[in-house]
Amino acid sequence: MADDTKREVLFEARMPIYPRSVKGRFRRIKWAILALAYGVYFLLPWLRWERPGGIDQAVLFDIQARKFYLFNLTVYPQDIFWLAGILVIAAILLFFVTGVAGRVFCGYFCFQTLWTDVFILIERIVQGERPARIRLDKMPWGPYKFVRKGLTHLLWLLVAFATGLTFVLYWGDAPTLLRQFFTGEAPFPAYATAIFLTATTYVMAGLAREQVCTYMCPYARFQSIMFDTDTKIVAYEQARGEGKNGRAKLGKGRKQLDERHAQGLGDCIDCGFCVQVCPMGIDIRNGLQMQCTSCALCIDACDNIMDSLGWPRGLIRYTSEAEQKGGKARFWKPKTIGYGLVLLASIVLLVWSVASRSELSVAARQVRQPLYVVLSNGDIQNSYDIKLNNKSDRPMKIRITQQGLDGAVLDMGRIRHITLSPGQRLQVHVKVRMRRSAHGGQIPFDFIIQPVGRKDLKARHVREYFSMPGGDR
Amino acid sequence: MSEQKTSKQSGAVQTTGHAWDGDIQEFNNPLPRWWLWSFYATVLFSVIYWVLFPAWPVGKTYTKGVMNDITYELNGKKVTTHWNTRALLMRDMQQGEDAVKQRKYMQKVASLSFSQVLANPEMMDFTRKVGKVLFADNCAACHGSGGQGKVGLFPNLVDDDWLWGGSISDIQATITHGRQGFMPSFRTAFTKKQLDDVVDYVLSLSGHKVDAARAARGKRIFNGQTGGCYYCHTKAGTGMKSAGSANLTDSIWTVADVNGQRDLEGKRAEVRRVILNGISRKMPAWKDRLSPVEIKLLSLYVYDLGGGKK
Repeated sequence: MADDTKREVLFEARMPIYPRSVKGRFRRIKWAILALAYGVYFLLPWLRWERPGGIDQAVLFDIQARKFYLFNLTVYPQDIFWLAGILVIAAILLFFVTGVAGRVFCGYFCFQTLWTDVFILIERIVQGERPARIRLDKMPWGPYKFVRKGLTHLLWLLVAFATGLTFVLYWGDAPTLLRQFFTGEAPFPAYATAIFLTATTYVMAGLAREQVCTYMCPYARFQSIMFDTDTKIVAYEQARGEGKNGRAKLGKGRKQLDERHAQGLGDCIDCGFCVQVCPMGIDIRNGLQMQCTSCALCIDACDNIMDSLGWPRGLIRYTSEAEQKGGKARFWKPKTIGYGLVLLASIVLLVWSVASRSELSVAARQVRQPLYVVLSNGDIQNSYDIKLNNKSDRPMKIRITQQGLDGAVLDMGRIRHITLSPGQRLQVHVKVRMRRSAHGGQIPFDFIIQPVGRKDLKARHVREYFSMPGGDR
Repeated sequence: MSEQKTSKQSGAVQTTGHAWDGDIQEFNNPLPRWWLWSFYATVLFSVIYWVLFPAWPVGKTYTKGVMNDITYELNGKKVTTHWNTRALLMRDMQQGEDAVKQRKYMQKVASLSFSQVLANPEMMDFTRKVGKVLFADNCAACHGSGGQGKVGLFPNLVDDDWLWGGSISDIQATITHGRQGFMPSFRTAFTKKQLDDVVDYVLSLSGHKVDAARAARGKRIFNGQTGGCYYCHTKAGTGMKSAGSANLTDSIWTVADVNGQRDLEGKRAEVRRVILNGISRKMPAWKDRLSPVEIKLLSLYVYDLGGGKK
């Protein structure tokens, strides 16, 4: 048995990838996006925000109080469908963008890409450029290698820990939580979450890297279904690069374009730069591949080489299958228009829902056991539970009346004033009495729930029914 | 992945190399490494579990685990035991976040007067929620889940007619001490004619259109020595809460199902039945089963159901 496991018949070890650094326009865009994303992620918990309620963190997910603070917006558990709305929008946006421009999300915005980028940057600063890293890996273990490798992993762990810790800070008052965290007073979930995210960040961005995209990520798999011939892809121009007789390295008599063209050689000088910079470890010249995240670093690499040779850029570039075949990529087509409309509709719906939210949420429910009761003077009584929730940060005085039942009496027992403290939820038992009418049935009426002394808040009408015993009795 | 690998090995599946009877061989399909490590991890987990939690039977007892003491209160005494789900529940019921919160509310209800609770929306919200559970556990078997009762058997608690008084202290007294409702049978006291006369008078009290002559005769029997009904029901027919006697002048009937009958003959039959058979009903006392604060909550709940009276 021991012998068998050593052979690892069913296990393929990862082929290490040593991406070379590259400069260029896409790299600049990516650094900019990375700086923005890191800036937002790491600094947002520290942003203070003035609120009447006293909670001064701009973005705070307060699980215990069941309130999510987003700048001037306070989200309550009842608003959970907004989250669904955001997820729907994110999904459709992904479909839309992928259909038009390919895996833009993967290459530029995905946190796997962003964090891996930083981890590779650390690797490069500590261990040196690609050849140095390859050398270091081949080297036998010694003080030099130990220090370089150790320092890399230490820095990785630091970044991973900062990532995990920052995530935790979104769920409590950041300054307080940070102090508690290092004095051992923070709640257990804070430590568990920070440690878990440190571990996953370290493993995913440091060790697993491109395997996450290739083997773990479902989006990577299903995005390829959304591609069509008009979708922008990063591609190598086969015809120009290979010529009639294939690519060839620069050499005697092959240094100028016209010399090469005369020999039927392509423009690709087979320098391998595009392969070396690829964080996925693929060769873009083999055509569109599942692993490619459209990070566009090979474009920068090839452009740099072409520039240095004084040849035209664009041997590797953003193109589409249609353009490769000499046509033009269409933007306006049923798919993009369809996705675009659905996207627009869901955004409008979400914005409308958020904008039209009320600071007072109400619901009424008739007590059904019994539906009605006959009183000693022959009147009929129904009773209702009215739920009130003050979602504002100020106390709210409420008056409850009814409209639609002529001559009915609304009875709340000895309760005279209802005042809801900020965030308070309350259920009030209301009895409605009415003369017995000749015909029975369900009589519709409205409870009018009016915040007193608040001109900015509209009275809420809640439709309910009064059960009148039937005329057949 | 695995398929690629196997195909690389010259297209044949590996064997263990053993051969029996010359040619019987055994395929070798080793487990993936991640699976193997996961398996070792579960083994390690179980060993740690044995140490920390109750696990192995030893003779008549079992290993209790270490560092897992749970302390809770039982009959006023502190009990410390090894980890078990029952103790966990006990502790949670006593020291859990919700239990502590509920106790605070309970203490508040105990310290406030009835009218203070009734005027406070937050306390009434609590009363209604706790009361609903108490009612379902203790009262609903007879009075129905919503307190609607059952005509002829158990009084309706949602309406505003009360045999034993509808003030909050009356309700509290009823729940605490229970009630014994009794009306004698008049089977031997009345002749058939007298019975018919009393029935019509009783129905006339609540505004039913009956035979006027009969009702007039019935009134004399009701308020005279022959029937003596007025002892309990009073001469006006409004009943007495000290005797638990029904008010016969309103539209609510708890024993005779008058409201359930369409025609006068049906209504008469119902009243006649009750006068002939009498009534004997009993509600048990709850003072030994519920704590004072629970009875207080239950009283408030019943009072608020629909017909509480000042």
